[in-house]
Amino acid sequence: MKINLKNPELKPTRDGYGLGLVEAGEKDERVVVLCADLSESTRSQWFKDKFPDRFIQMGVAEQNMATVAAGLANYGKIPFISSYAAFSPGRNWEQIRTTIALNNVPVKIGGAHAGISVGPDGATHQQLEDIAIMRTMPNMVVLVPCDAIEAQKATVAAAFNNKPTYIRFGREKSPVFTTVETPFEIGRAEIFREGKDVSIITCGMLLYNALVAAEKLAQEGIDCEVINFHTIKPLDEKTITTSAKKTGAVVSVEEHQINGGLGSAIAETLARNYPAPQEFIGVQDRFGESGKLEELIEHFGLDANAIKQAVKKVLVRKNG
Amino acid sequence: MSHYIHEDKIKELELKANAIRQTIIEMLVAAGSGHTAGPLGMTDVFTAFYFHILNHNPKNPDWPERDRLILSNGHICPVRYATMAHAGYFPVKECLTLRQFGSRLQGHPERERLSGLETTSGPLGSGLGQACGIAYGARMDGTHSASSGRGKFRTYCFMSDGEHDAGNLWESVMFAGKYKLSNLTGLIDRNNIQIDGMTEDVMPLENLRAKYEAFNWHVLEIDGHNIEQIVDAVEEAKAIYEKPTVIIAHTIPGKGIPEIEFDYRWHGIPPGQGPADKIPKTEQAKHFLHDLRTLQGKIRSEHQ
Repeated sequence: MKINLKNPELKPTRDGYGLGLVEAGEKDERVVVLCADLSESTRSQWFKDKFPDRFIQMGVAEQNMATVAAGLANYGKIPFISSYAAFSPGRNWEQIRTTIALNNVPVKIGGAHAGISVGPDGATHQQLEDIAIMRTMPNMVVLVPCDAIEAQKATVAAAFNNKPTYIRFGREKSPVFTTVETPFEIGRAEIFREGKDVSIITCGMLLYNALVAAEKLAQEGIDCEVINFHTIKPLDEKTITTSAKKTGAVVSVEEHQINGGLGSAIAETLARNYPAPQEFIGVQDRFGESGKLEELIEHFGLDANAIKQAVKKVLVRKNG
Repeated sequence: MSHYIHEDKIKELELKANAIRQTIIEMLVAAGSGHTAGPLGMTDVFTAFYFHILNHNPKNPDWPERDRLILSNGHICPVRYATMAHAGYFPVKECLTLRQFGSRLQGHPERERLSGLETTSGPLGSGLGQACGIAYGARMDGTHSASSGRGKFRTYCFMSDGEHDAGNLWESVMFAGKYKLSNLTGLIDRNNIQIDGMTEDVMPLENLRAKYEAFNWHVLEIDGHNIEQIVDAVEEAKAIYEKPTVIIAHTIPGKGIPEIEFDYRWHGIPPGQGPADKIPKTEQAKHFLHDLRTLQGKIRSEHQ
């Protein structure tokens, strides 16, 4: 698999959302986009520019945005709702649960500015609980693309999966290390690097840090498998179990609370199928704060160095 | 073709409403739980809609051109189930499965379990937004009779007065006003009660008319037990082209059973478990059905 780790282009994953909306809109006229007064920063503006008659301005009203989208999907449209993840699904979770998930209508929820990497805006806007609250909801598909190219693929795939779907995006520029040829299929994890000592299972932009950590560890003789779990739900349990059986140790890496996110989903699977030692890279049950992207990634222990340490720690447990 | 209504049809619908009220009492007794006051208060409105107003087909609930009726305050679903059964969507005897394990008639309505419900509802304040989405989507596809679009139907949303406490609902009122969704008609069950007491004590809603007008809606007020007024209001709403219309239907909770009319304590309780100060619990179901049968006799004689 072609992965570009050296001097990759930098682009926010939300750009992939904007491009994906336009691509899906060109493919199918049923695609409509709703936005809660954040058109430019969610990139839904790009869709509006191209298809003004299929863009619906909602104002600062995320709860109504969810219910109006539920009605549009019920009628036969393919609506995407766009806001910051802190507000959608943060504020409108109950409306999503009742009128989208239980109602089982194919609304697509684009949550931008998720994670600690929002940076200077601080804790109020750094949504770190969205994976947990969305993956516990029956009928809901949960996607966390790793770079702008994958974000575009995820957006287009979500448009046509006929299911309620949450897609998580980041604000800041992050490395674009996949290509248009990199495989992407909802529900199927992709092994980005094969290894035999430890499985690093990750999603979102931290996948890049995991790959960098794996490169460095290789120089120390530690052979890591790195897996892109862009789909948190439905979870590719087979790939987790197969990899854990091979390596015997797991490190989960996510830009999310360690409670309830990807790491928890993996631990649930391992407990059922193949118990193995696991270390959790993520935000350790605390709120974020203002700062630059790099400062925050290091402060909250999400950088390549922290991943390296976690790998070494889990290896001690595996061998002990 | 006009949908205005003549005297014989009014009598027929009043008798139908009475039969539906009896079914509601029977199903609540069978279920042993559920809401009594709201369903009885909205029976005349539901009857007028299913037996005169709505363009629908009970044998083909998913017919694309059907009018959409969204019930936002899902807890009054016994009246919807009973009316749908009497209209031919499913056998009336199935009403007795209300709230039981395996029943299509869930405690709060679920779209995927029973065709014709349109939406899943219960948590308050979320129906109008969905109705807005349907009406907006229909308009994108051409709602006008002259157009060839597939959106040529009307969308109705029934709401309770108590759910107007919820902020989500006012977001939807604002949305419909902005986009002038004239193919959408709201109807408020203005029965003045909610779980903890009278609406004006719990959280005052008045001036409800002025509030809707300020949000750019056309407002009509009617007696929610007068079939002719219900039909006429809906006809007027169809003629209002520039705005969505809301019909404030003044209703009496528990209508049809004098001993419980306007008593908020009957909001969420079935016959047999209600306040015993007027009728002993063991007598409630029998007494209510007797009241309704007496009323049935009156309707017959009044129109003769």
